Amino acid sequence: MSDFFHWLSVNRATIAAFLIILLLITFVFSIVIGRRLSAIRDKDEVFGDPERTKGGWYWAVCGVSALLLIWFYFSWGSARAYFPKSANELCQVAKLHDAVSPINAALPSGSRYFKSTTLVARNSEQLRALRAGFPVAAFSAAEGTEVESLFDELHGLIGIYSDPDKQDPESNSKLASLVDEINGLSGRLRDGHSGYEPAPEAASQSAWGLTHIEIPLLPETARGALFDKVANDAQGVAKNFLKARNAPPAAVDAIADIRARIDVLAAGAAPEGADEAALKDRNNFIKSLDRIFKRLDDGTIFPAAALDGVDDAMAGLQQATQSAKGFGLRFVESGFMPGGSIIKSRTQCTEQGSGRWLPKPTDVVAKFGLLANPDLEAGGGFKGTPLFWWKWLPIADVVGFFTPDWIADVIPGEFGRHGPDGNFEPNLKDRVLAFAQGDVPMGHVPMFAGHIWDSLFRVLVALALGILLGVPLGIFMGVSRFFKSFFDPLIELYRPVPPLAWAPLILTIFGIQDDGKIFLLFMVAFAIMVISARTGASGTQLSKIRASHSLGASTGQILRNVILPNAMPEILTGIRIAIGVCWGTLVAAEMLAGTTGVGFVENVARTVSDYELIWVTILIMGLLGLMFDLFMRWVIDKSIPWRGKG
Amino acid sequence: MANLTSDNLCMTFTNPQTGAAVEALKDVNFTLKKGEILSVLGPSGCGKTTLLNIIAGFINPTSGKIALGDNEITGPGVERGMVFQQGALFEWLPVSKNVDFGLRMKKTPKKEAAAQVEKWLDTVGLQGFGDTPTYQLSGGMQQRVALARCLVNDPDVILMDEPLGALDALTREKMQSLVLDLWKETGKTIMIITHSVEEALLLGERLFVMAPRPGRLHKEYRLPFAEMGLTQSLRDVKKDPYFSEVREEILTMIWNMEEEIMGRV
Ligand SMILES: Nc1ncnc2c1ncn2[C@@H]1O[C@H](COP(=O)(O)OP(=O)(O)OP(=O)(O)O)[C@@H](O)[C@H]1O
Ligand SMILES: [Mg+2]
Repeated sequence: MSDFFHWLSVNRATIAAFLIILLLITFVFSIVIGRRLSAIRDKDEVFGDPERTKGGWYWAVCGVSALLLIWFYFSWGSARAYFPKSANELCQVAKLHDAVSPINAALPSGSRYFKSTTLVARNSEQLRALRAGFPVAAFSAAEGTEVESLFDELHGLIGIYSDPDKQDPESNSKLASLVDEINGLSGRLRDGHSGYEPAPEAASQSAWGLTHIEIPLLPETARGALFDKVANDAQGVAKNFLKARNAPPAAVDAIADIRARIDVLAAGAAPEGADEAALKDRNNFIKSLDRIFKRLDDGTIFPAAALDGVDDAMAGLQQATQSAKGFGLRFVESGFMPGGSIIKSRTQCTEQGSGRWLPKPTDVVAKFGLLANPDLEAGGGFKGTPLFWWKWLPIADVVGFFTPDWIADVIPGEFGRHGPDGNFEPNLKDRVLAFAQGDVPMGHVPMFAGHIWDSLFRVLVALALGILLGVPLGIFMGVSRFFKSFFDPLIELYRPVPPLAWAPLILTIFGIQDDGKIFLLFMVAFAIMVISARTGASGTQLSKIRASHSLGASTGQILRNVILPNAMPEILTGIRIAIGVCWGTLVAAEMLAGTTGVGFVENVARTVSDYELIWVTILIMGLLGLMFDLFMRWVIDKSIPWRGKG
Repeated sequence: MANLTSDNLCMTFTNPQTGAAVEALKDVNFTLKKGEILSVLGPSGCGKTTLLNIIAGFINPTSGKIALGDNEITGPGVERGMVFQQGALFEWLPVSKNVDFGLRMKKTPKKEAAAQVEKWLDTVGLQGFGDTPTYQLSGGMQQRVALARCLVNDPDVILMDEPLGALDALTREKMQSLVLDLWKETGKTIMIITHSVEEALLLGERLFVMAPRPGRLHKEYRLPFAEMGLTQSLRDVKKDPYFSEVREEILTMIWNMEEEIMGRV
């Protein structure tokens, strides 16, 4: 069995390939059949006839297969199914992008502006702002003039860096050799991948999406090997680029001069009579000035014209990359990996965009299979609890839960004491207490267990309580002035409050385990059941009531035999709604607190960004909700066939 | 013994908002002997249903007294069965469970109840329909079930408020014969409200014409047609010249009343 699952898991890409073709065929055929059958049936039913909504399984098939196809497509499931090597090749391309990203970050071809342009703009702006906010009172008049000329010189320094004529000749030649190196990389890419060999170790890496490292790192194809090699060398080029500095001779002089002038200013004293605030302003001003200056003296600003060559070379590299990818890889990337691309970050290649947050259908099924495995030792289940399984439940636990301890207290006599011989002989009172506390072993019964069961159990118990208490109250409210007027304000006061607003309070009072959640859900179900039973009861036709009076029915008999069955459609609809609302509330409540349940699983998945697990839980919730609703629809159809015909 | 006597019966409805009062019934006096069949006619809104509801015990009169035998009527009771215009059947129960409803309320033993149901379903011509859901029955069949449901309780008086109003002409005629047959077989006191003058003449051994504003008894007839209907076909009865004469008279009477209302409004 586990071999079979292993086989499924390893071959999931191939399985997906078959599935997708199957889905495409189903999709097309359902449309063809649907159109044909609709054409026949529509003739017999005028527009608006409810019969027109009956049947139509083919459209359901069409919708489901379309949804699955969209899912496969946007999760890149189809890319993985039909082009399993493409991700590995794109990973090598991503390595190259990653390697040259520091160069791109400084150039318009990669990030709209030269980094130098950004620096010039930012520093000039800050200088202007500082100049406008000059604290006159904190400086003497002479210092004021000095600061003015200092600002001019700082602006001048930016000018020196930006002037191609004043550029440091050494940096110019360095940039020129960088251009050559980049063009060299481009040339190798243009020459193509013939002669390259995939890394021999690559054969033993696991396939795309089968391990934690989503995409295998070593090149598996000749084209991949080319990119891998080029990327490797590109790292050196990028390092050289980052080391390049612009140190114009004129700037060196200006920097020394400004340094000295700022130091003089810092050593000087504030004018006579300056108060504390002025002193502070003075210090802050000088500090800010110094900070801006220090950002300017490291030679990272180049004249725009000096970088044009590098920018062109990088654009060339970009083109060479595209051509080296070849049509096939470009087609797969743009056509089959919608909403994102593959990027390399530090030590791994990952899918980005919808490929990342939308897990592939086959992976979700595999994940579900893993979770559904009840063998916890073999890594099944989640956080030590299976998804849906069974266990032996001690009967004593159930008895202890339902038997209150005080029944031992009310038995006459005293609880036993230890005798002088050091023995303790339990008397009747002690035994009853042990029974009430669930300490008397009574064998075991099989019981469901697991996250899904825990959620189901909470909903079902709360729903049962809600029906048992809500329906009678609702019916009485539907027939009695006292009940209606007495309970209406109470229920209408708590009902509009969203259940989750109650949650913090209820969970504190009743505990975060089953009790609290069941009570919270009970509140939800109770209000819905009261209202629907009440609507149903008060909607009883007067003539039916009168008829039963004339037939000799007593009040109780009328309630049971006329009003209750008459309210049945509303009650069942109420149950249907209550299940849905309870289910929604439960999952949210489990996300707030607790250690089991479907909502708990999703909450953990959320904190660790496990998108597959998130989707698995979403699917579980959706499918269970759908099952509930189908079941209730079936019950309604079976049990009240007279609905709408009375 | 069980005569139905109405003594100065008055019913005034007061609109709680406007305080406007409607005199639905004013000084209604009559005695209906055991075994008589009475039909009540009158323009719309003259208080026919109100009168019936009071007799059935669903509402209490403002003043005056109404009694069955020596017992003053203060509430609904099994001795006064009711058939409504539209079944008022319990649609969640099959035919047999509708019919034996009264018996079940009395906790009659199952066997006895089953025999009764069988008998009355036979009588109303629904043998073999015991397990059919009521919502699958036609209008006429539903009224038969309603009749059987009422008869199974063996009431002294049967009250019917336009019981055949929603039926087509043919079904209606069959049901009229059925009512007459039942009347003869069971000897029950029957009071039947109708809008059809013909039906009133055919079914009513006695006939009240009521007048509106205030609702009151306007004129009473004693008619031979119900007795005739027991032996002859109803169509033959209608051919009787006296039948046409009375019919025209009553039609004119009601026509005039309607005119009067219109004129007043
Ligand atoms: N519950 C009520 N509250 C106020 N007025 C009422 C009520 N029931 C009846 N009435 C009034 O009493 C009058 C008699 O009504 P009733 O229903 O007895 O007439 P009806 O003879 O049965 O008329 P139809 O032939 O149309 O059934 C009407 O004017 C009606 O508006
Ligand atoms: Mg009426």
